Amino acid sequence: MTTRIWVPCDSAALAVGADEVAAAIAAEAARRGLDIRVLRNGTRGLLWLETLVEVEMPAGRTGFGPVDAADVPALFDAGWSREHPLALGLVEEIPYLARQQRLTFARCGITEPHSLADYLAHGGYRGLRNALALAPADIVATVTASGLRGRGGAAFPTGIKWNTVLKAPGTEKYIVCNADEGDSGTFADRIIMESDPFVLIEGMTIAGIAVGAARGYIYVRSEYPHAIARLEGAIALARHHGYLGANLLGAGPAFDLEVRKGAGAYICGEETALLESVEGKRGIVRAKPPLPALAGLFGKPTVINNVLSLATVPVILDKGAAYYQDYGMGRSRGTLPVQLAGNIRHGGLIELAFGVTLREILYGYGGGSASGRPIKAVQVGGPLGAYLPESQWDTPLDYEAFASLWAVLGHGGIVVHDDRADMAKLARYAMEFCAIESCGKCTPCRIGSTRGVEVIDKIRAGTGTPQAQVQHVVLLRDLCDTMLGGSLCAMGGMTPYPVLSALNHFPQDFGQAGIEQHGSQRAA
Amino acid sequence: MFHATPAPAAAASTTSTTSATAATAATAAANAAVDGILAELFARLGNRQDQLLPVLHGLQDSAGYIPPDSVPAIAQHFNLSRAEVHGVITFYHYFRTEAPPRCVVQVCRAEACQSMGADALLEHAEQALGCGLHGRSADGTFGLEPVYCLGHCASSPALTINEAVFARVTPARFDALIAEVMATGTREAA
Ligand SMILES: Cc1cc2nc3c(=O)[nH]c(=O)nc-3n(C[C@H](O)[C@H](O)[C@H](O)COP(=O)(O)O)c2cc1C
Ligand code: SF4
Ligand code: FES
Repeated sequence: MTTRIWVPCDSAALAVGADEVAAAIAAEAARRGLDIRVLRNGTRGLLWLETLVEVEMPAGRTGFGPVDAADVPALFDAGWSREHPLALGLVEEIPYLARQQRLTFARCGITEPHSLADYLAHGGYRGLRNALALAPADIVATVTASGLRGRGGAAFPTGIKWNTVLKAPGTEKYIVCNADEGDSGTFADRIIMESDPFVLIEGMTIAGIAVGAARGYIYVRSEYPHAIARLEGAIALARHHGYLGANLLGAGPAFDLEVRKGAGAYICGEETALLESVEGKRGIVRAKPPLPALAGLFGKPTVINNVLSLATVPVILDKGAAYYQDYGMGRSRGTLPVQLAGNIRHGGLIELAFGVTLREILYGYGGGSASGRPIKAVQVGGPLGAYLPESQWDTPLDYEAFASLWAVLGHGGIVVHDDRADMAKLARYAMEFCAIESCGKCTPCRIGSTRGVEVIDKIRAGTGTPQAQVQHVVLLRDLCDTMLGGSLCAMGGMTPYPVLSALNHFPQDFGQAGIEQHGSQRAA
Repeated sequence: MFHATPAPAAAASTTSTTSATAATAATAAANAAVDGILAELFARLGNRQDQLLPVLHGLQDSAGYIPPDSVPAIAQHFNLSRAEVHGVITFYHYFRTEAPPRCVVQVCRAEACQSMGADALLEHAEQALGCGLHGRSADGTFGLEPVYCLGHCASSPALTINEAVFARVTPARFDALIAEVMATGTREAA
């Protein structure tokens, strides 16, 4: 009997040699005359175990990892037994995975991402079939009732956004998927696109039916060539089988999709800059109103949602609003795909109902720092997110709880720094990033970030008189206030989050005693 | 294992142009190649402005870069001013207006990679390649560039070599990867 062996083809696995592992397994099996079929699954998101090889056994899929091509002969010698040092037991029972609540990522790592048949065999397109039986307003009502909030950062209720587009006059409307994922520490969008692309396509198709849009665009950053290729393959397959096109499944409205490649500009993740970019212009932020929901792409009503928001719609339409809404806490419903990265032993994707504490993520899942040194600061929510010191790690992952700390959950990215981190240097980096990536439309962001770099340089040089040093810090806080209050979008408006949180919580890194702590720590 | 840089028509000719005539002929050939690429892209993608980025991507994918000489033709095709096209090209970090070196190394400089020693890795890369960020190695083979997050932040630090991504890169692994590029000439098929 043929034994099936899975080797992930997600780019995180490829980046540590998964193709070489797959080739080595095939070659070794051939050399030994064994009947083995190598399949390419997506990633389970246990990235520290990549390349995570899974072998089909009577008890279930058994894991080995991290496997290097050089380990392959010894794994065959050991008969892929549980005695081998790389053996992990049943994959589904690895605590990191077993303790998750996978709704959006339910299929990731299990199926072959390039196989529509596999997608269908694992519950794919059930949401679309249900949606086709509903009136558009009822689809929107289901999404609203689920409590789903946009996963791209701003956490705006998805159903309410869709309702605005549904009610907007006109027949030409668009669905735009924001797959710009520029934040350091985030990779959940990439994993969906590479490991379960059909779920995004299905979610966008449902969105199209719900609001009356016949066309969708997925704007993917140029840093993700692998995701682009995977999506294009999946779109072609879906179209070929009637899941996209003029007449959905022979009984439905028209909906089709295309992928647009970004070009390395962080600001194009901001929704209006993204629309400008799709229209063929520089990615300059548009003033709101009008909202994109009313005048978006090509001036038409447009739903613009993050990859995860759209990829979560199929499970909601499949299992119902109540099922999804049952997970979570407060006004943060459902699950949050947490991305744990940086100086952490067990980095990866952890999908959990809202409400788990940061500390549990860092130690219960992450296993502490990779370096073995104490963790010093944790940045949550990307480069525009605040740095949290240990005193704040008991905060539950919940949009409102983070807001009350003057922090953000954003896209769910968590970047860990050990005790060697220089927080003044990281604050400088945040200002510099803003200066490089600012779209240039407004002065507080464009000029303020450059001045921010300069004043932090003066603080870090530490060469001024004590009074001058205090003056520099006052100036920095002033500058941050101006950026917070005077910027057109969150690029300039949130750069003060990493800067001021670093200054407030780690004043010693700025040569400060910390007397005037929290002076300017006000919410945006 | 490395993806080849799309063979830049112009760059290929820079190695052994000894006489001025050869250089002129090579330039003419390069121009003709770019014209051909553009003609194909224009015919396939049409002239609605939202096809501007796809055209620029198509040109850079085939020619290796966006030759400044191509701007007038692009502007005319889309009925835009040259300044508008130039403005778009320069706004986006990804587009290059000079032929790339044979091997482009992009080191991630974002926070998650920083926390795992990206700064030290970059220093090592500068030493090993003999050039600074945005620079090229003395023989022109390598170019070193920054990139801000490759989506491999849980296996940091990360970098790309001709668009192939490598994660958990130590200085030793960096040296091994570069040695492999030198040995295979970097032009191995993708
Ligand atoms: C500077 C900046 C960068 C952003 N980058 C992204 C991004 O990469 N991906 C994303 O989905 N949203 C990003 N956003 C948020 C989007 O503007 C927008 O809120 C989101 O796409 C809406 O989708 P959602 O409601 O599904 O979250 C960014 C916002 C700003 C201000
Ligand atoms: S805050 Fe910065 S990025 Fe946002 S609109 Fe103003 S200049 Fe552009
Ligand atoms: S921060 Fe370097 S890959 Fe994300």
